[in-house]
Amino acid sequence: MKPRHKRLILVVVALALLGLGATFVLKAFRSNLVFFYTPTEVFAGQVPQGQAFRIGGMVLEDSLQRNEDGVTVRFAVTDTIEDVPVQFTGILPDLFQEGKGVVAQGRINMEGMFVADQVLAKHDENYMPPEAAEALERAMKIKMETE
Amino acid sequence: MQWESIADFFAMGGYGLYVWGSYIVTALCVVFEILDLKKNR
Amino acid sequence: MNIWKYSSPQYFYPLAKKMATIFFVFAAVFTVWGLYIGFFVAPTDFQQGESYRIIFIHVPAAWMSMLIYLIMSFWAAIGLIMNTRLSSMMAHALAPTGALMTFVALWTGAFWGRPTWGAWWVWDARLTSELILLFLYIGYMALRASIEDPRRADRASAILALVGVVNVPIIYFSVQWWNTLHQGASVSLTKSPSMATSMLTGMLVMALAFWMYSIAVSLIRVRRIIRDREANAAWLAESSGAQ
Repeated sequence: MKPRHKRLILVVVALALLGLGATFVLKAFRSNLVFFYTPTEVFAGQVPQGQAFRIGGMVLEDSLQRNEDGVTVRFAVTDTIEDVPVQFTGILPDLFQEGKGVVAQGRINMEGMFVADQVLAKHDENYMPPEAAEALERAMKIKMETE
Repeated sequence: MQWESIADFFAMGGYGLYVWGSYIVTALCVVFEILDLKKNR
Repeated sequence: MNIWKYSSPQYFYPLAKKMATIFFVFAAVFTVWGLYIGFFVAPTDFQQGESYRIIFIHVPAAWMSMLIYLIMSFWAAIGLIMNTRLSSMMAHALAPTGALMTFVALWTGAFWGRPTWGAWWVWDARLTSELILLFLYIGYMALRASIEDPRRADRASAILALVGVVNVPIIYFSVQWWNTLHQGASVSLTKSPSMATSMLTGMLVMALAFWMYSIAVSLIRVRRIIRDREANAAWLAESSGAQ
């Protein structure tokens, strides 16, 4: 066997082992790599107890309320199965909107309210001009009505 | 075209800092890399 | 004509200069064209307003950061297996540009994340794995710099580059595998793009510009590396007057 063939086999075998190792590591750490938990996971008790974590989902339509102090807001985060009520004092990001994605960091208090110290907007990967978005929304409405 | 004026263009709908902050730093990186390659000629 | 002769530094050296000039011209043309589309043709975005215009450099830089790593590892592996000098020099030449692209992707990402998400930085899987990519590039360059003998540096750094390859699919698929704040891909091979045509065109033209630029600067850098490493070779002394 030529030395270069030997080296080729060595590199291929090393890479294969490395890939396998990485796969195992990733599988093991899978739970730690989640950036946020869904409301369903919160209700199933799959969230870290007694410490801060993040929840993610959609801001439930018509759930946003502003307190009289003007800086505290309440809204619900939903994954369409379960809803978690959230309270946050501070400035919301520009893209925060009902019906859009959100990730909030905080902890659940005694009353089952998720008290957030940070709220991030999670947007989707669609990019289009506002006119197109409006047209799309109109089309969706018509489709909903005819069904 | 969506820009009413030059000022409008630079304002980027209120996101001027972020848009230009990205573009200027990218341009600086490119200039830096090219100068570095020239220097070592 | 035998194209394999260009795998020898001696013949590649003058060719690289001609090619670099051509790629620089292409890079300039595509940049002007891409920025024109990006700022004057592409419309405002329905949810992000004008802030989305960062996409025209963010996505091309992020693509290049991953692609350059793959190409760098490829050349490093070829150098390791075939024991060819020029392959290792190519890998060496690509690293700084790859690191730069990674930095640009992270920087523009921070400047995009602040107004849209509400944070400069979050430790989600996409951002963290891209940061690891930057460390891999820096580690590769540091390792090279720390080893005096270039042939030993070739081998050691090639192993580091190959170990790091696992990170590239992690970056790419992180948004599918885990819950991340970063959104999914707008453009991929498996589905039609979720972008308006002019926005997509602008982004793809800018990606071509970044591609051309990366090739051009890497060719210039590989010439510099050839000059350094083959300084004692007779052909370089002969050609120095002509070049």
